[in-house]
Amino acid sequence: MKTHILSALILMASSPAIACESTSIGDLSVVGPWSRATIGAGRPAVFYVAITNGGASDDALLAISTPAANMPMLHETIVTDGVASMLHAMSIPLPAGQTVQLAPGGYHGMLMGLTAALKEGETFPITLTFEVAGDVTVNVAVLSLRAEGPDCGTDGQ
Amino acid sequence: MQLRTLQKILWAVASFATLAFGTWQFSQDRGPSVGEQAPFRPTFALPDAEGQLRTQADFEGKHLLVFFGFTNCPDVCPTTLAEVAQVMDDLSAQAANVQSLFISVDPVRDRALGLAEFTGAFHPSILGLAGDDTQTRAAADSFYIHYERQDDTTAPDGYSMSHSPALYLVGPDGDWLRQFSYGTPAAEILADLRSRL
Repeated sequence: MKTHILSALILMASSPAIACESTSIGDLSVVGPWSRATIGAGRPAVFYVAITNGGASDDALLAISTPAANMPMLHETIVTDGVASMLHAMSIPLPAGQTVQLAPGGYHGMLMGLTAALKEGETFPITLTFEVAGDVTVNVAVLSLRAEGPDCGTDGQ
Repeated sequence: MQLRTLQKILWAVASFATLAFGTWQFSQDRGPSVGEQAPFRPTFALPDAEGQLRTQADFEGKHLLVFFGFTNCPDVCPTTLAEVAQVMDDLSAQAANVQSLFISVDPVRDRALGLAEFTGAFHPSILGLAGDDTQTRAAADSFYIHYERQDDTTAPDGYSMSHSPALYLVGPDGDWLRQFSYGTPAAEILADLRSRL
């Protein structure tokens, strides 16, 4: 029953508000997890978020997992000599005292093998596995296909 | 004396930073350098989603906003097409003088996944083109852009495509005008287009 009320509340809240949420685990804050709506389930979806390491020692994002996709991976878009390539990132370093953005044109989660199309306004859970801080699950807001990020008023630092 | 040493160090640091920034900027701006030197006219002959062959001649008199990409690309391509869609919306009546094109560098898979469905989800005015290997390579070469299949076991179907992620602007007479490097805000593209329309 409690879970039902909780999911109802999550669904009722507007996506941008969800996308601006901050979740803490140990010294890390996971802020603004978002994704874009997909056209069907045949193409991979994306996962973006900002992670701040407020601690004195380095950490790293090792993996992501979600019931929304069978094969979620960490990738990095790299532009070299005017050519963009997408490379598999074994892990994403989170240096002490710094914020690392998974954002368009850089690090991102690629969600392959979607179990269903992602629809604007929905949310789905994703579990982030950190080397030091361990696992944390956050809710990802699905924004429009044309979204460039959640409007939290704290973007673009 | 000590101050002088410190000053020397600071100057060295400043010079290095300037040099590094310059190098970085230079590397960011690298694109089809040919475009900066001699004017040229890109050409293409590629079928649209319905199989109808389209060439640059079909769009004479219009500005062309051209992006090379693939529909399985979750990051760079949707980000750029979202900007193109915003530009087309913001142009309102002037949008009639601009044709935006999405040229697939992964044509076989993109046709199977649905080309028109993909471009239409961003903006109904974006025209998707997907030819065979020869047609695609010829179009890319005429824009002086690069694309390549990259085997990647962590990508869907075991491969991904690397490609030039910029947007290219072609004038109403077919001349290559400029490129907008990846990440150029829609407002900047809009302002540039408005100054030409």
